[in-house]
Amino acid sequence: MSEIEIKNLTKKFEMKGHTVTALSDINLSIEKGDIFGIIGMSGAGKSTLVRSVNFLEKPTQGSVLIDGVDLSTLTEKELRKKRREIGMIFQNFNLLEQKNVIDNICFPLEISGSRKKEARVRAKELLKTVNLEEKEKAYPSQLSGGQKQRVAIARALATNPKILLCDEATSALDPQTTDSILKLLKEINETLGITIVIITHQMSVVTQVCKHVAIIDNGRLAEEGLVEEIFESPSSDAAKELISGKEITFTPVKSLDTKRKIRIVFKENSAYEPVISNMILKFKTPVNILKADTRDVGGKARGEMILALPEEEAVADAITEYLKENGLAVSGITEDL
Amino acid sequence: MFESKVIGMIIEGIRDTLYMTIGSTIVGYALGLPLGIVLFVTSDKGLKPNKIIYRIGDFVCNIIRSIPFLILLILLIPFTRLIVGKSYGSTATIVPLVICAAPYIARVVESSLNEVDPGVIEAAKAMGANPFQIIFKVLIVEAKTSLFRGLTITTGLLLGYSAMSGTVGGGGLGDIAVRYGYYRWQTDIMIVTVILLIVIFQIIQNLGNFVSKKIDHRKR
Repeated sequence: MSEIEIKNLTKKFEMKGHTVTALSDINLSIEKGDIFGIIGMSGAGKSTLVRSVNFLEKPTQGSVLIDGVDLSTLTEKELRKKRREIGMIFQNFNLLEQKNVIDNICFPLEISGSRKKEARVRAKELLKTVNLEEKEKAYPSQLSGGQKQRVAIARALATNPKILLCDEATSALDPQTTDSILKLLKEINETLGITIVIITHQMSVVTQVCKHVAIIDNGRLAEEGLVEEIFESPSSDAAKELISGKEITFTPVKSLDTKRKIRIVFKENSAYEPVISNMILKFKTPVNILKADTRDVGGKARGEMILALPEEEAVADAITEYLKENGLAVSGITEDL
Repeated sequence: MFESKVIGMIIEGIRDTLYMTIGSTIVGYALGLPLGIVLFVTSDKGLKPNKIIYRIGDFVCNIIRSIPFLILLILLIPFTRLIVGKSYGSTATIVPLVICAAPYIARVVESSLNEVDPGVIEAAKAMGANPFQIIFKVLIVEAKTSLFRGLTITTGLLLGYSAMSGTVGGGGLGDIAVRYGYYRWQTDIMIVTVILLIVIFQIIQNLGNFVSKKIDHRKR
């Protein structure tokens, strides 16, 4: 049984006379202990999707099952109890500004009826987990963004949840802080076995920590699978766009006017051979490198290149074939990208 | 400068003024605070939107607030008599002061609660907080600075209104100012009462500012 199961989920909003469909017919299964990324451009509906997991947004159609329990069958009271099993952190941290760090962490325990003494002990443990012991008495306004998010993580973990939802949790942070928060999330996932769902618009976040990823485009599930596989050979346009970014549109691609562009991904074994130079030597025809990049995907280095191929179909096909034979993942790129 | 009789009267006036101001603030908040919370909770984007309850509350607040206080004072005489047993004196004055203040307080409270970051409310919901916990452990706590500033403004307003009620025999410094300054041309006594009102007002305002700054943890 999956930890989280989303079945045929559709969400519509009534907006002054007309209906907006935020999500349509989403099906997803998230397994226990996974770090699952949900990525999409802003406005794609990913925030609505994550809010459906703890029923902050109630779906118009379809269902959400947590450990096999359909959330729509629960009463308000049962739902509130269920939510204690699902922690959540946010882009803007959403800490109580008038309470200090330790009281913020105690807060979910307080509302679930724990004794104050026990709550304090637990909060101190959590402060250790997130490495903020010295900030116990500080107020949120005295903390940096990264520290605030650490407090939010500690607070989300206070009730020992099985699931942690992260809604753009690193979007307001600088790259270094993002790294440290992602590391912390990974650590929590490994030590506590907690299932983590990460909503983001940054591909780097997904490639850094997620095992699985779902791509949401215009309220629909465009693609889903293992991060490595999707990174190597994205099939949907949305995935390609998110992986390669839009920057190729304003590089000299247009002026070259080549019909065929391909994206290749180097795996570890292929990174030792000079594949591109061998290829040029073999076919005696130049290719243009439009973009080259290396990324950290699940802890492994992956090289990525976008090439413009020669005009002649036969040569272009032969090159594609050659690259595939050499163990590279090759995918075509649409012209309008 | 003044006879001891006059001084005694002024001291009594200060006592009555404070009694009316503080009394009407306390009773006003006892009515206005829950009403403000109800308005916030039942509004469109509240925790439990309810159009009917919101509209009734909204309507009552607007009606009472649109009646000038002096007229309200006279309109409410039968009601005041019913509750206090007489229509003059400082205790009787508290009745119209409360009726006037409660809707005003409700609005001040509603707008303070509206200032609370919706994200924090969402976070509390995600933690499984029930509406009561959200109101008393999140909203009131997060809005406390703003609520306290509202309390300061309301107290100042009621100080002014309590002086106004002097015209219909309410007692207090306002009453003295009208009786001596207006009817008997004793400008010196009037000036003293006005200065005293200013001093009391300043004390309330500065104390309010001081405390609301002291309890605010948002900016350091």
